[in-house]
Amino acid sequence: MNQASLTQIFINACLVNNFVLAYFLGICPFLGVSGKIDTASKMGGAVTFVMLISSMAAYGINSLLIAINAPFLQLISYIVVIASTVQLVEMMVKKMSPSLFRALGIFLPLITTNCAILGLALFQTNKGYDFIQSIVYALGAGAGFTLALVLIAGFREQLELAEVPEVIRGTVLTLIVAGILSLAFMGFSGLGS
Amino acid sequence: MTNQETIPTANSFHMLRAMVGIGTLCGLLIVLTYEGTLPRIEQLRAQALQEAIFKVLPGISDTRAYAYKDGAFQLAADDDQVIVYAGYDDTGTFKGVAIEASGQGYADVIRILYGYSPDKLKVVGFYVLESKETPGLGDKIEIDPQFLSNFSALEVSLNKGLDALENAVITVKSGTKVNPWEIDGITGATISSRAIGEIMGRSTEEWVPIIYKNQEVFKLKANE
Amino acid sequence: MSNPSDNAAQNNLAPSSTDEFIKGLWRENPVFVQVLGMCPVLAVSNTALNALAMGLATAFVLLMSNILVSLLRNFIPKEVRIASYILIIATFVTMIDYAIQAISVDLHKSLGAFISLIVVNCLILSRAEAFASKNTVGKSILDALGMGIGFTIGLFSLGAIREVLGNGSFFGYSLFPVQFQEWVVMILPAGGFFTLAAWLLLFNVIKKKNSKA
Repeated sequence: MNQASLTQIFINACLVNNFVLAYFLGICPFLGVSGKIDTASKMGGAVTFVMLISSMAAYGINSLLIAINAPFLQLISYIVVIASTVQLVEMMVKKMSPSLFRALGIFLPLITTNCAILGLALFQTNKGYDFIQSIVYALGAGAGFTLALVLIAGFREQLELAEVPEVIRGTVLTLIVAGILSLAFMGFSGLGS
Repeated sequence: MTNQETIPTANSFHMLRAMVGIGTLCGLLIVLTYEGTLPRIEQLRAQALQEAIFKVLPGISDTRAYAYKDGAFQLAADDDQVIVYAGYDDTGTFKGVAIEASGQGYADVIRILYGYSPDKLKVVGFYVLESKETPGLGDKIEIDPQFLSNFSALEVSLNKGLDALENAVITVKSGTKVNPWEIDGITGATISSRAIGEIMGRSTEEWVPIIYKNQEVFKLKANE
Repeated sequence: MSNPSDNAAQNNLAPSSTDEFIKGLWRENPVFVQVLGMCPVLAVSNTALNALAMGLATAFVLLMSNILVSLLRNFIPKEVRIASYILIIATFVTMIDYAIQAISVDLHKSLGAFISLIVVNCLILSRAEAFASKNTVGKSILDALGMGIGFTIGLFSLGAIREVLGNGSFFGYSLFPVQFQEWVVMILPAGGFFTLAAWLLLFNVIKKKNSKA
């Protein structure tokens, strides 16, 4: 039972508790594909899309599991459903919009092992959100993920041209930038109340 | 693929056999663990809750859970949602009620438990059950002794009609507390301490009149 | 995700069993060299205790899933292998989740949903796929132990530094006189990024020196 308003939930998921910068969720793709703004925003789009669908699915499963009183199956059913959702989405997108598929195609399989998706499903259950709240939470989290990814990509594109000592290049530099961004995002705290 | 020879080539029967086999094995393992650990987990949880209740109601040695249903308090059943905990001392005298409340804090939802004594007309204790406030800043609401001392005697007396608080609980700026129903805030954790004030203000506004009106129920049960 | 050295281990001269164990500790350390499974590494390494508990939990899941995958490697058809691995991993994660709850409610609270998120730790799936599905049970156990301990060491070295600097304590015991001003930033999320960056930097420097020598 959670009475948080929808705007509160959205701002909270997107800015205050940004999935990447405060919960470290989805770091793997974050380090991998955040090199270019273009790929970063597409990846963000794909993740948001899958988040939205798996959030709805997770809500359904959780209601079912509560009904049959089997909470211990939560994790295993979430992960199975997310994996199959990703497959399903991949097939659907391929059929319905080949151009979108070409843009998102290579990212979709990566999303199965993206902790942000499973994290979203688990957090929304912990917080006891209802159906509408869950959808808004998924949208906020997706928007936050995309924002963080695009911001980092922007930094990295600029840093390509800068002269950086060789030992710092790559992951180290990305982590430092992410740390600074995470500090900056702390400034959003309190917005949600 | 170098590993062709070690991984069998598939036909539907093999795939089905593998999935069903693994599914059964996994299901068995999970259920066994769940059944094996459940009693201990429930005991630990009950213990943690008990300790929290003892903290917010000083001097008690026994508690009992009540649910508020159809305008009256009844001993709580397993599936009841809204529960308050009545506390009793060694002699079985009713000392007060522990109430759970939650609300939006600085970072995420904060869940608190506080004790209310109908005799003293005061909040007598406070404990943070769950918070993700900024370490070193916002989490002072859990440990700052000066802040916590606000709650050893926080006035929540009722108005003449007994249907609302005389003065709503509110957080004021650090060092400016003058009235007994005000909470002295924390410098550097303004939003978190204000959030506590709001959560408590809302909850006391709702529950204190109801509990005051029904306090005989808790006292009666104590003498059984 | 397949690791070049694993294929080499198969085809070339048979590597000694100690090598299967040692490689995870240093040469292929999952945290510092492969940079795998970063989400729990950063999220729960704010105290030494949390980091150690998380590392051991992950090592347990890694060990058990490696054993089971290796035992069943001739039973699982290629087409459904990823689904099977995920099922196996999720099972052991659920088990460790309940086990931690039964050990300490407080510990479970501070690790939170991140225990469940071990499922999507790329380290475990990649060991199942790249190693356990092709090697004997004995070797898989050594591999899992090495990788698991390597992961725990990585997590712990982050957690210890963050707790000492950010909280002035180690395993909850205060280290410094009261005048010590804690570096609050270290236990904030940003501190996780910075500490890991510092460790990776150190490794890069060492690697560079070695290659020159």
